[in-house]
Amino acid sequence: MFRNATAICLHLVGPLRGKKSGASLTRCLHQTLTPCSLCCLQLTMAKRLQARRLDGIDHNPWVEFVKLASEEADVVNLGQGFPDFSPPEFAVEAFQHAVSGDFMLNQYTKAFGYPPLTKILASFFGKLLGQEIDPLKNVLVTVGAYGALFTAFQALVDEGDEVIIVEPFFDCYEPMTLMAGGRPVFVSLKPSPIQKGEPDSSSNWQLDPTELASKFTSRTKAFILNTPNNPLGKVFSREELELVASLCQQHDVVCITDEVYQWLVFDGFQHISIASLPGMWERTLTIGSAGKTFSVTGWKVGWVLGPDRLMKHLRTVHQNSIYHCATQCQAAVAQSFEREQLHFGQPSSYFVQFPQYIQRCRDHMIQSLQSVGLRPVIPQASYFLITDISDFKNKMPDLPGAADEPYDRRFVKWMIKNKGLMAIPVSTFVSVPHQKFFDHYIRFCFVKDESTLRAMDQKLKKWKAELMP
Amino acid sequence: MFLAWGRLCTRSCRPKFLKTVGASKILGLSTSAKMSLKFKNAKRIEGLDSNVWIEFTKLAADPSVVNLGQGLPDISPPVYVKEELSKISAIDNLNQYTRGFGHPSLVKALSCLYEKFYHNQINPNEEILVTVGAYGSLFNAIQGLIDEGDEVIVIVPFYDCYEPMVRMAGATPVFVPLRCKPVDGKTCSSSDWTLDPQELASKFNSKTKAIILNTPHNPLGKVYTKEELQVIADLCIKYDTLCISDEVYEWLVYTGNKHFKIATFPGMWERTITIGSAGKTFSVTGWKLGWSIGPKHLIKHLQTVQQNTVYTCATPLQEALAQAFWIDIKRMDDPECYFNSLPKELEVKRDRMVHLLESVGLKPIVPDGGYFIIADVSLLDVDLFDMKDSKEPYDYKFVKWMIKNKKLSAIPVSAFCNAETKSQFEKFVRFCFIKALTLHTRLHWQMPASSPPGSMLPASTLPYRCLAYLPPRFGRPDPG
Repeated sequence: MFRNATAICLHLVGPLRGKKSGASLTRCLHQTLTPCSLCCLQLTMAKRLQARRLDGIDHNPWVEFVKLASEEADVVNLGQGFPDFSPPEFAVEAFQHAVSGDFMLNQYTKAFGYPPLTKILASFFGKLLGQEIDPLKNVLVTVGAYGALFTAFQALVDEGDEVIIVEPFFDCYEPMTLMAGGRPVFVSLKPSPIQKGEPDSSSNWQLDPTELASKFTSRTKAFILNTPNNPLGKVFSREELELVASLCQQHDVVCITDEVYQWLVFDGFQHISIASLPGMWERTLTIGSAGKTFSVTGWKVGWVLGPDRLMKHLRTVHQNSIYHCATQCQAAVAQSFEREQLHFGQPSSYFVQFPQYIQRCRDHMIQSLQSVGLRPVIPQASYFLITDISDFKNKMPDLPGAADEPYDRRFVKWMIKNKGLMAIPVSTFVSVPHQKFFDHYIRFCFVKDESTLRAMDQKLKKWKAELMP
Repeated sequence: MFLAWGRLCTRSCRPKFLKTVGASKILGLSTSAKMSLKFKNAKRIEGLDSNVWIEFTKLAADPSVVNLGQGLPDISPPVYVKEELSKISAIDNLNQYTRGFGHPSLVKALSCLYEKFYHNQINPNEEILVTVGAYGSLFNAIQGLIDEGDEVIVIVPFYDCYEPMVRMAGATPVFVPLRCKPVDGKTCSSSDWTLDPQELASKFNSKTKAIILNTPHNPLGKVYTKEELQVIADLCIKYDTLCISDEVYEWLVYTGNKHFKIATFPGMWERTITIGSAGKTFSVTGWKLGWSIGPKHLIKHLQTVQQNTVYTCATPLQEALAQAFWIDIKRMDDPECYFNSLPKELEVKRDRMVHLLESVGLKPIVPDGGYFIIADVSLLDVDLFDMKDSKEPYDYKFVKWMIKNKKLSAIPVSAFCNAETKSQFEKFVRFCFIKALTLHTRLHWQMPASSPPGSMLPASTLPYRCLAYLPPRFGRPDPG
């Protein structure tokens, strides 16, 4: 019946499309074809519904994988980037304090950030960046780092502006650029050749300076830096940052730096904020995340730090999009930072203990993955590592999937179904034309509870046994 | 591990780049001109930086000022709502990301609640989106559905974000004012303010993408009747237009009035986004949770905006909200249900505020819904001589005078108007009455009824100062 109704609608609507008689047609259809499918009535809205800014950005790569993982029984989820263990006690207590204390915390706070939070962010990061930070002019609290990114793009990127994005990239950078009318310009991190048998490391992946310089044009508005990088786990070195800085200054480009994993650095590497380099504070927006800092991704509190002449534009976007962020979550983050400020640099600091613990999780995962012939790239930082699946691609080149579907997507679907393990294909984090260069990598999250890692081991053990001739 | 990088970025590379940086600095003026262009805001926010709240929040920040401008309660949310949040704060896995388009238990609760009012079932996953407050829903709807060159009809006075949000989407707001036809001798009510059907119809054309409806209305407190909504619905259908219906005050409707959902009118479900707010429903404005309800073919575009803006909302707050809803859904006919008890409580406060304002010579427009009252202040004929050179509308000047001299703040109603209609509303000022009755009492002391009009006692003669109802360390909240 639906098909017939649709056919009738199409037949009737066709010649009337774009004309004002849509209304009478709707009434007519409603009366004569009830109970007509609502989808059918939708066709009578002759105008295009969605705004053009949504063109090309409606696809959500995560939906398919999350759905698959939930449909299969007993899948160990190592795909999505959030901890499955408790946040630190002091953070939980801070939230409990915020929700059971002064009842006025249930009401709006200051639009640009709950004052104790902007104050502590200003003092904490002021010291780290070597900069005098004014809580009112240089700090904006947002709905997660995701919200910070959106606010920055909308504030500064105009139709036709170019935005340089380093591949592989956290997948929202591209659609956010497009939604702002910008043109993404990609430059890839590439691995240098390694000795046979030696494991690859994220530090081995670099930008070619000549290629990087060639991406800057007079239309370049912003450079998106993500350090530590998701999905690779790369920590940009001082020299690498100085190169980016000199190009940004030379071409008068704003640097938007996503530093959500700044505390999760391993093996003695150091995170450096590009805003602390000479000449960079005045052209850099530094983005951080309470979710990744305190293992509370569900609180959705993030922030941007930057010079007032840029921040004022972000404030304009903020006051015309969401206006305020949730008060109690901000209060809890403020209290958590106050605690960390007291312990900073000491063994009792969460920023010391947590990366130590996660490094052990990382090492556990690396060993386990290697045992089945997967080749993880050792990350210097972050929640994630990518794994080379070339050997499997050579042995099983024809996994089921659509004709143009990148291999890594097909591999992940096969792995979910047959091996009970979920990861994310790295081609998700790459522009479409370059997906073929990354389609032999998949991303795992190791910020998981011991029991999850043990469950992973079980699956890998079984997998290994199946590989034996 | 730095060696590989060293090989690629040798000393020979860096001087080349640094030389180029040096050369560009020599360009001097042209560089700095270029610089100021690059650091300029994107065109979409041009002219949208000013905000009435920032100015008045600053002025009202003095703790001795009785602040009736802000649109937020200073009364506690219901005990069970606070208790739910407290319980949830102890649950581990609620500290991590939840479903982007809405926490499952919350969208289920919303679906269950609102199905009671709509004629169709509401699919929790496809026809509901949870957003960062109703403000976020407005943003998602406008960004998702309004394009450059579209026209959007906005009814004046309007909640002030509608205009900048429409402009940020590159569209043109088309204004149509509510007009007052008071009945002589009777107290003016928000129901006296109506749209002229012919004038409204004249605003629609083939470019009209949407009309933004707000019922109950902020700042007037008007609750649109069935007949008024039918006029709007007929026009939406005739001109093939969407309706974005901001119904955040849907539960705050006073005796003799009924809230109607335009989406339930024939032909309207498929073209309407209906917006609600946890903040206004449960007196928890700081939770910043709202929702959009509508047909899949519209909601999916709001979901696209969501996945490219904030992605998801806070988990523990969504779970607590779901639990609070379940409690009240089970007792919808019970006077204890907050959807019934809050409007009763507010009607008392409304009446008290109306009385107070009348007693000092102001002429309030009695609202049928919402938590604001507007009052005509022109009858006081206050001497604003020292502001005579200011080009601001009369109500801006009046509120500033009132803050300074009477230690009482409110919001000028012309802030809710576009440039052309400001003069029609500049004798009105908006007061918020979702305040503790003790605050109403203090208001009484600052505006004694015995004084003749125009001679309200200066605050300095009062025996006490108004207490700040927020400890200083929490800062002053912004108005809503």
